[in-house]
Amino acid sequence: MISGIFLYAIASIYLVISFIKDKFKTKTALLKSWNMFRNVLPDLLAIMLFIGLALSLLTPSLISSIIGENSGFLGIIYSTIIGSIALVPSFIVFPLGHTLVQNGAALPQVAVLMSTLMSVGLVTLTMEQKTFGRNFAYARNISSIIMSLLFALIIWVVMT
Amino acid sequence: MIKLKRYRFFFILLLGLLIITFMNQAIAIKTVQLTGKSILDMLFLLPPIFILVGLLDQWVKKETLIRYMGEKSGIYGVFFTLLLATIAAGPLYIAFPIAVLLLKKGASVRYIVFFLGAWSTVKLPVLVNEFTSFGLKFTLIHIFFGLVFYYLTGILFERMYSQQKLLKYDTTMEV
Repeated sequence: MISGIFLYAIASIYLVISFIKDKFKTKTALLKSWNMFRNVLPDLLAIMLFIGLALSLLTPSLISSIIGENSGFLGIIYSTIIGSIALVPSFIVFPLGHTLVQNGAALPQVAVLMSTLMSVGLVTLTMEQKTFGRNFAYARNISSIIMSLLFALIIWVVMT
Repeated sequence: MIKLKRYRFFFILLLGLLIITFMNQAIAIKTVQLTGKSILDMLFLLPPIFILVGLLDQWVKKETLIRYMGEKSGIYGVFFTLLLATIAAGPLYIAFPIAVLLLKKGASVRYIVFFLGAWSTVKLPVLVNEFTSFGLKFTLIHIFFGLVFYYLTGILFERMYSQQKLLKYDTTMEV
């Protein structure tokens, strides 16, 4: 909330300065902002609804039972698959991870789940392809899966 | 018609929600609450980010951005990219149009990959959240390993992709 207010303050200050300096440029800037917003809105709404559905259908205790203390390597695989479906904002991911650990999920599995949730998205892959081309989009997602698995491995070795 | 087509996934999911409503109202209510809250969060966080990006597009000259995020920007590139990536909240797909804009302004592929990686690893607004939920050790491993990994990935990707190749599609234009 505080960071939101902070961002609004910065944006407002720059907007006013920009408007005083050059009205036309400011208008073009706002038009571009609006287009960017409109371009992400359909995906944004769909993804938010998707996450809402997923979180109410899959209860934390259900997920925790799949990736519990004894789930081992298979649990890591399940976490990677579940986490790779959609890109979820971090302010949802960390509270979710915390709830899962409290419900008995193992830390390395939760680590890979959280990391892939934030960086790997199959649902948004079409959008990412449109932005950077197919090759780059795939490579970026694959690199993020590798990062998440290595991160989980480190957590496994260091913290369990 | 074209505009409605872009909302097709949303409508399909909405239909799914409608079916669930008939089967189990408790789940449907929970879905609406969860979705409503995250959409409100997003609508609150996004406008200032997009306004700043729009202003950046108009005011920051290409030469200036090349100095901060170009191929020869060195340690400035790392810090400037980190600042841009970690200060803003929101899911990773919000970072895609921003990344395109930075590329267009002359940022190197290395820092774009690092930008996307840092965006998905470190978020200053939720850092406290991660720290209180998982402890200092976990948070530090996550941040340092993530940043080093994505910086190295950036160096690798810089050899594989050219700036021009990634700039096929302009997200600030109307579709």
